[in-house]
Amino acid sequence: MIELQNVAMSYGGSELLSEMTLKLVPGSFHFLTGPSGAGKTTFLKLCYAELLPSAGHLALFGRDVRGLGRDDIAGLRQKIGVVHQDCQFLDHLPVAENVALPLSVAHRPVDPAELRELLGWVGLKTQAGALPPQLSGGERQRAALARAVMMSPDVILADEPTGNLDWEMSLRLLSLLVELNKMGKTVVIATHDLNLIRTAKSQVAARVLRIANRRLQLAGADL
Amino acid sequence: MRALLALFPADLSGADRVVPPTGFTARLTLLTAAAMAFLAVFALALSLATGRLAERWSEALARSATIRISAPAEQMQAQTRAVLEVLATTPGVASYRALESAEMEALLQPWFGPDLPIDSLPLPQLIELTETSAGMDAEGLRLRLSAEAPGAVLDDHTRWRRPLVSAAGRLRLLGLLSLVLIGSAMAGMITLAAQAALAANVQVIRVLRLVGARDDFIAGAFVRRFTVRGLAGAALGTVLAMLAVAALPATDEAGGFLTGLGFAGAGWLWPLVVPPLAAAVAWLATRAAALRMLKGIR
Repeated sequence: MIELQNVAMSYGGSELLSEMTLKLVPGSFHFLTGPSGAGKTTFLKLCYAELLPSAGHLALFGRDVRGLGRDDIAGLRQKIGVVHQDCQFLDHLPVAENVALPLSVAHRPVDPAELRELLGWVGLKTQAGALPPQLSGGERQRAALARAVMMSPDVILADEPTGNLDWEMSLRLLSLLVELNKMGKTVVIATHDLNLIRTAKSQVAARVLRIANRRLQLAGADL
Repeated sequence: MRALLALFPADLSGADRVVPPTGFTARLTLLTAAAMAFLAVFALALSLATGRLAERWSEALARSATIRISAPAEQMQAQTRAVLEVLATTPGVASYRALESAEMEALLQPWFGPDLPIDSLPLPQLIELTETSAGMDAEGLRLRLSAEAPGAVLDDHTRWRRPLVSAAGRLRLLGLLSLVLIGSAMAGMITLAAQAALAANVQVIRVLRLVGARDDFIAGAFVRRFTVRGLAGAALGTVLAMLAVAALPATDEAGGFLTGLGFAGAGWLWPLVVPPLAAAVAWLATRAAALRMLKGIR
């Protein structure tokens, strides 16, 4: 569903990522690690076509991203759920409306029972009417995850989803992502938290990728 | 100012909730549209009224003509009689009469004073005539006059009428130009307001992009809001301008050039075109600004 072949990404003349080759298959679980500034966020942005590669071939759901218009990309984003570290919401809308936003922009009706169930799954049923700025860091991450899965996407990309959370909350979020993977979703989590990776590997067959020296490598068994 | 702003709700539409309410730009757009519509209605009123006035003058001059007879005193009576006989058989002449010496004196009095010995002056004889609505053949009449009364000269006011017709055309053109300029200024101001709103909401746009919103969805949310504001503001400005135009003095009350500058009859329907036009301008300006900005955000 997401395929990179010798993909490179340059910023202002200098190459940040190079020779990246990866094929994300349905139902797989990947961790993406690497030091700060290695290019984890850039890699994820390539995966949901916010950025275009400066070289190589990148295909989303079998379509070359270079041939896609903005509206085509918008259509593909409905199959890719994204969770950012600094989860961005529409702060003037209640949590429930933010979670249902992917349906609203796709002009699809919102089933209130389904929305309540989803909010209950991430433990935010009582905060449905609250505004995003009123939520704690953990609640915001869970709301962002609920929004990311609202359209039942095939792929979930999470960029440092536990970066601002305590360990207990991180484990809770991880268990939600593992649960989604068990439902057949492809999950990619960019993180530098090795404890989180170790914990996840005990629950799910996860591959760990590392970005080092601008290249994507399969991480060693030391994790 | 605060009381005036309170008249305008920050947002007229609750439909496009994805764009946060922006009270100041909303009110600014409303006020801009209202002011521009007010000016547009006045430009329209002035253009229509001046055109109408010039047409009226031109029509009045076109329907009347003067024959001037300059002849030696002993031939004056015979030539006057000959001219009157010619006019009696000229098709298109509704009425005619020779001016009395008292009328001539009244015409000259403003320049020469009341003590003018008019009988001792070699003044030409003037004959005033009016045309029927079908009009007369001025060239044919000239030829007949030159044969029957060599001292008679027909003045059908062409040299007065031509500049008036030309002035009427130019005034209409100026009015149209003013409307185009007002529309352009409005488009410019709404574009700036829309760009400011888009720039202030770039984070909102990024979130919408992230969850799969297409260009039309994002642009539409801004476009609908600015169009409604443009329409509402222009409707308010149009109503105020129409009231102001209606309050102008009527032609009959005071007379003169500066009166009767309002609309007449079905002309009162013209201002109703201004609000939909303003809404169309707002729609185009906001859509262009939104699509331009969205090009840069994937």
